[in-house]
Amino acid sequence: MAPRKTATAASRKKPAEKSGLNGGITDFDKAAEIKAYSEMLMIRRFEEKAGQLYGMGFIGGFCHLYIGQEAVVVGMQMALKDGDQVITGYRDHGHMLVCGMEPRGVMAELTGRRDGYSRGKGGSMHMFSKEKDFYGGHGIVGGQVSLGTGLGFANRYRGNDNVSLTYFGDGAANQGQVYESFNMAALWKLPVVYIIENNRYAMGTSTERSTAQSNFSLRGASFGIPGHQVDGMDVRAVHAAAIEAVAHCRAGKGPIILEMLTYRYRGHSMSDPAKYRTKDEVQKMRSEHDPIEQVKARILKLKHAGEDDLKAIDKQVREVVADAADFAQNNPEPDASELYTDILL
Amino acid sequence: MTRMTMIQAIRDGMDVAMGRDDSVVVYGEDVGYFGGVFRATQGLQEKYGRNRCFDAPISESGIVGTAIGMAANGMRPCVEIQFADYMYPAYDQITQEAARIRYRSNADFTCPMVIRMPTGGGIFGGQTHSQSPEALFTHVAGLKVVVPCNPYDAKGLLIAAIEDPDPVIFLEPKRLYNGPFDGHYERPVTGWGKHSDGEVPEGHFTVPLGQAKVKREGRDVTVLAYGTMVHVALAAAEDTGIDAEVIDLRTLLPYDLDAITASVCKTGRCVIVHEATLTSGFGAELAALVAEHCFYHLEAPIRRVAGWDTPYPHAQEWDYFPGPARVGAALTQTMEA
Repeated sequence: MAPRKTATAASRKKPAEKSGLNGGITDFDKAAEIKAYSEMLMIRRFEEKAGQLYGMGFIGGFCHLYIGQEAVVVGMQMALKDGDQVITGYRDHGHMLVCGMEPRGVMAELTGRRDGYSRGKGGSMHMFSKEKDFYGGHGIVGGQVSLGTGLGFANRYRGNDNVSLTYFGDGAANQGQVYESFNMAALWKLPVVYIIENNRYAMGTSTERSTAQSNFSLRGASFGIPGHQVDGMDVRAVHAAAIEAVAHCRAGKGPIILEMLTYRYRGHSMSDPAKYRTKDEVQKMRSEHDPIEQVKARILKLKHAGEDDLKAIDKQVREVVADAADFAQNNPEPDASELYTDILL
Repeated sequence: MTRMTMIQAIRDGMDVAMGRDDSVVVYGEDVGYFGGVFRATQGLQEKYGRNRCFDAPISESGIVGTAIGMAANGMRPCVEIQFADYMYPAYDQITQEAARIRYRSNADFTCPMVIRMPTGGGIFGGQTHSQSPEALFTHVAGLKVVVPCNPYDAKGLLIAAIEDPDPVIFLEPKRLYNGPFDGHYERPVTGWGKHSDGEVPEGHFTVPLGQAKVKREGRDVTVLAYGTMVHVALAAAEDTGIDAEVIDLRTLLPYDLDAITASVCKTGRCVIVHEATLTSGFGAELAALVAEHCFYHLEAPIRRVAGWDTPYPHAQEWDYFPGPARVGAALTQTMEA
């Protein structure tokens, strides 16, 4: 991607370690391009709908949309196999959808209904699926990082080659417990891919205003953890980095850091008008680096599919999302007796 | 039956649990090679290997956080926080993650883990090695909180805690590790070898969580206590000659309301004793419960004897510590009311 204003040219150009990771982008075949396109589109349409439902008052409280960052989770998930774990912070809707969780269940949790994934007890930031190996949705900034490290420990302890994908943001990367986790993961050679989704703003605070070393891929250096900066707007670059990072962990080489250079188009949450950045900045990112438009352009150029085929995919995605929204608005609210269930066994 | 100290009983409890279930791992600061600052894990690394009993960096938040991840992923970690006073960096993980993952995941994920911590004073540890933070845990829905006061209960409760499906805070009164302590600090220490509660069964047994135990039957006044204060209360009853019924709560959360109300409704009087500071201490909860459930049986105001509302002092430890004289005075005042 183009050099970005928010970091010095040097820090952006120079990855922490040259291992071929993200050194070259491997082209996707037709099936992978279509899959990436469909999944990213699903996240975007889902989030747009969630934003609408929020505006209409069906979703209350906090709601953090993933629009703009879709390539990160889609590219990462394409490198996983059964039994690998995913854990993240509060901007979690996209992660759940690519894990295979049902849009109906996710949307119904957003609206606080009975058949939401957490039966309305969790809300936007706190959803889980044991079946899909999705370990949440955590609302405390950085809180999930040591949990993800523990997930990796259990894999190593059992002697399997599963990997924990532990996502957090550029803001969370300044939490102390992240470094406790890095130390333990490196010390015990745990299979954890730490994915720092650097969308340049921790709520309203830009990385330059919060971060002494804004090249987050270097943050594991003092623990000997390799790190790489990845163009998080290009799903092929994410996927290439994911393949190598996951292989690194499966081979027993310990943790690895992937800094995803990405961008969120919407505010931090629904209540954030995002006045800490210019409209031009957002528009430039949307028009020049949009992850979905990039895939779409390639598909059309290489004639993997025509405009009509892509429109059909969009229609299908919209139908799934509309069904989820309909379900989430009409599903009953939890019974009052649910208040006291699942506290302790 | 074998005679054991409380430290040996705790070690034996972990040993038994590790022997029965290889998903149980034990770790913490100095826990592996060194065997724990109080020697609670001595020998476990030699027996079970460095994969199952190991040293962690000085990272309380990381220790607890990784254990939550392990527990959610099918293991049963039993971690040690070296002193309860060191748990504050981990408090975020304990309250926000461990206690709540069951509720907010609709029971999809649970957190079967134990966090052991030496608690309380009596060893001149000063303000950062003597605290009793149990009320910070009893205030959190989704936790269980256990405080044993003797080797038998320590082993049985610890095995029950490790086998429990939910997160358990296991507070070990450090002054009791090597012998019962009744607050008569001027007297020579008698070890657990000469105490009936130092008799501990070999192998596997449990003391169920949530059950109090009557340590001394009596007719005049109920004393609700836990940890070191059980022994202090027994000494106070002895010293004053008041026929007190001393109840060892053993588990603070969930508390044994039936045992509390049965005793207070019988005696009509209640004194609550804990080492932690008075204000908003667990005794306040106990007093409220007694008032709610036993009001028409009460013949005297409920009294609390607790640590003063100060940081834990060093030189003035025995002025702070609610010893048998203060507990005895409360018993007398309650009987005269």
